[in-house]
Amino acid sequence: MNSKPLEGFRVVDLCVVWAGPFATLQLADLGAEVIKAENPHVWQPMTRGGAARPPAPLLAAQPAWAGGYPDSDPGDRPWDYSPTFVSLFRNKKSFTVDLRKPEGMDVLGRLVAVSDVVYENNATGTLEKLGITYEWLRRTNPTIIYVRVPAYGSTGPYFDARALGVHLEGVMGHSLLRGYEDADPSSNTSIFSGDYMAGCQGAFAVMAALWHREKTGEGQLIEIGQAENASAMFTQAIMDYSLNGRVQTTIGNRDLDGRHPSGVYPCLSAGTAEECLDRWIAISVETDAQWESLVAIMGSPDWAQDPRFGTNGGRLAAHKELDQLIASFTRDKDDYELMHAFQAAGVAAAPVLEVSRSFDDPQFKARGFYRPLTQPSSGTYQYSGPMWNLPETPVEFTQAPAMFGEHNDYVYSEVLGMSSSEIATLKAAGHIATVFDEDIP
Amino acid sequence: MNSSSTAAPVQPLSDVTVLDLTHHIVGPYATKLFGDFGADVIKVEKPDGDIARSLGPFKDDEAHPESSGLFFYLNTNKRSLVLDLKSEAGLSALRQLATGADIVVESFSPETLDRLGCGWEFFQSVNPGLPLVSISNFGQDGPYRHYRVSDLVLYAFAGEMYSMGETDREPTKMAGTAALFESGASAAVATFAALWASKRHGIAQHVDVSLAETHLGGVDRRHATAIGFEFSGRRTMRASGAIRGMPSGIYPCADGYVDFTNAQLHPDRVADMLGHPDWLMNDSRFTDVLQRMNPNTVGDFDTHFLEWCLAQTKREIWSEARRARVMCGPLFTMEDLFNDDHFRDRGFWEEAEHQALGRVTLPGRPFLMSEGGWALKRTAPLLGEHSTELLAEFGVNQETTREILEGRTR
Repeated sequence: MNSKPLEGFRVVDLCVVWAGPFATLQLADLGAEVIKAENPHVWQPMTRGGAARPPAPLLAAQPAWAGGYPDSDPGDRPWDYSPTFVSLFRNKKSFTVDLRKPEGMDVLGRLVAVSDVVYENNATGTLEKLGITYEWLRRTNPTIIYVRVPAYGSTGPYFDARALGVHLEGVMGHSLLRGYEDADPSSNTSIFSGDYMAGCQGAFAVMAALWHREKTGEGQLIEIGQAENASAMFTQAIMDYSLNGRVQTTIGNRDLDGRHPSGVYPCLSAGTAEECLDRWIAISVETDAQWESLVAIMGSPDWAQDPRFGTNGGRLAAHKELDQLIASFTRDKDDYELMHAFQAAGVAAAPVLEVSRSFDDPQFKARGFYRPLTQPSSGTYQYSGPMWNLPETPVEFTQAPAMFGEHNDYVYSEVLGMSSSEIATLKAAGHIATVFDEDIP
Repeated sequence: MNSSSTAAPVQPLSDVTVLDLTHHIVGPYATKLFGDFGADVIKVEKPDGDIARSLGPFKDDEAHPESSGLFFYLNTNKRSLVLDLKSEAGLSALRQLATGADIVVESFSPETLDRLGCGWEFFQSVNPGLPLVSISNFGQDGPYRHYRVSDLVLYAFAGEMYSMGETDREPTKMAGTAALFESGASAAVATFAALWASKRHGIAQHVDVSLAETHLGGVDRRHATAIGFEFSGRRTMRASGAIRGMPSGIYPCADGYVDFTNAQLHPDRVADMLGHPDWLMNDSRFTDVLQRMNPNTVGDFDTHFLEWCLAQTKREIWSEARRARVMCGPLFTMEDLFNDDHFRDRGFWEEAEHQALGRVTLPGRPFLMSEGGWALKRTAPLLGEHSTELLAEFGVNQETTREILEGRTR
């Protein structure tokens, strides 16, 4: 069996919400040994769930991606299987240590000494308060690579601003650039695309720093200002202001270059939107030839012969009217059937797919995208697959989402080589546990 | 160009040569990251150029292959060589380039390269061990392998668009081509992984990146809605402003909007931000842990909170939120962002001189490295700007060179 691309590298994961663990997930998928250091006495919201022991009624009131615990029951170990975060724990190891105590910091130091990378995305100041700084890490391991992901960078007036992805996307312009044209931005759903970007680029940054270290023997400090990082996604709006001084605003589902139709159209629904059974198809027409194909698929209705619709400029100018007319065709059709018909004619189209339908999709099935994982505390479920297919060094799911403290024995005995008496002492001092303190709500 | 870049230390990827056969957004964004961190990126363009040259925004709204702001951003630190891969001369030159490359990245639709005679086997015969990364809409195999996507269609199908927007309206997408940029960032990781496998373990492979899977497996809520359904049988509804708290969500203010999503997690900090007003401190509906969970109380909280918001600007509100360590973000326009001191003083913006666009401001580094990181060494190339120099550099013979260069001007 081939070695994985990053096999042999060890990453200490001090991450919290999405942007951090998504980076270390990619490193883990590529073969690095990622070890999460977690504290049984401190609950970090947005890391293993909103609350350690969420009451079932509260979960029922939350959307499924936050409150949808197995069988809608938080069970004994909710922190092992928060739907928001559990997918980020695969292929990683978890051990516990209380970093607020000197001997806990000693444990971390010993781990850092035998690691290659330390990755964190806590609110600025959190780790400094514990004494974890680049200088401390470098004294412990002179070639360590330390990655930090402050929302706005470590300098400047916003250096310690608290933020999730959604807040910094607001600052970088995204919240005013998306959503309905005729509604105010409070109708926008909170999304976390900035976490996606920071996660990927964090993995890229680690690989670049390791590349540099292989050549020079030097470690280094990497700072991902998450807001700066997210800006790439809004390139066209940024460059339009830069080149033309134009402030772009939302155009909904229309195309930036004005190619039309570009939109989402109703299809034959299996039920209501409240039941999440409404159906829609997204269609993008980029050329006149594609428009002609679309018209043919629609059965060349009389309205489509309107000369205004013969050119893109005409279609764009009359986009509201045109969208209504297309909707009158799609409304009673099956979304998947439409996709296949349009695609066969060379037109980009696909259902706006509610995620539960993706498990049965022929393409994702053929590619084996979803894969079963069995976590002892929750059972067997189908999990999202990796983002890429590297045939000679495939991403394998060798470890189910790491349960809290699951790898205490491995880390303390094997990685750190501690004696059983040392381990017993640390256990007595409250460092080694597999549950969070009982008084944490 | 920024004067600070003249003394830049050695960049991490300065020993890497990327043969870049990609176009549009995803592939070029991935290879841009390699170029921006020091790699020599050889951009092979078809005779009429990368399609991104035909996409806006254009300077002064005048469409021209050399004045696209999108192309300008995506193709920094690359050299452009025009090759017609349908011609013998083009293939012959590509063979020479492949001998000196460390990795090849392409984004044609599946089977196209094989049809042109320069697929996986071609590259292995020329340079055994050379990794090839293929980026496509749905992957190299499967029933949808020839299906088309746009940013909208990709995000609709594979991203979590279904739950974005209002319940009784159509789903809404992200801005612009954000989904494609996300896929580009993901493809860059896959490319780097292939490079590591090659350099470290001597493993050559044909990497298959499916844009759909970069979203389905990505972090922006999609994996969470999927496993949430698997766990509970519950689907994630499209419900925009429904998740309110004290406070949570987007609120209007004196000069725009502020986002306070999840700020209710720290009620003590919210009280501090608001200055511990009587209406808050003396009302158990807002202070009691259990009563705070009653959704019917949020409206009453909002009445007071909105009054506070509307009396201040977004910057004033954010300043108070930062002081009290409350999660908050003002909704900036691009004008706000460009003129913001924080990003200017941190040196985020780069200035560059471009042959067609003149002096241009563009976003700089995606992250900072203490040992030689991002640098803007050259702006986006003109179409075929480096054809002559690259053909000579890679030892393409004179006759082939002549054919290629004449083809370009034909």
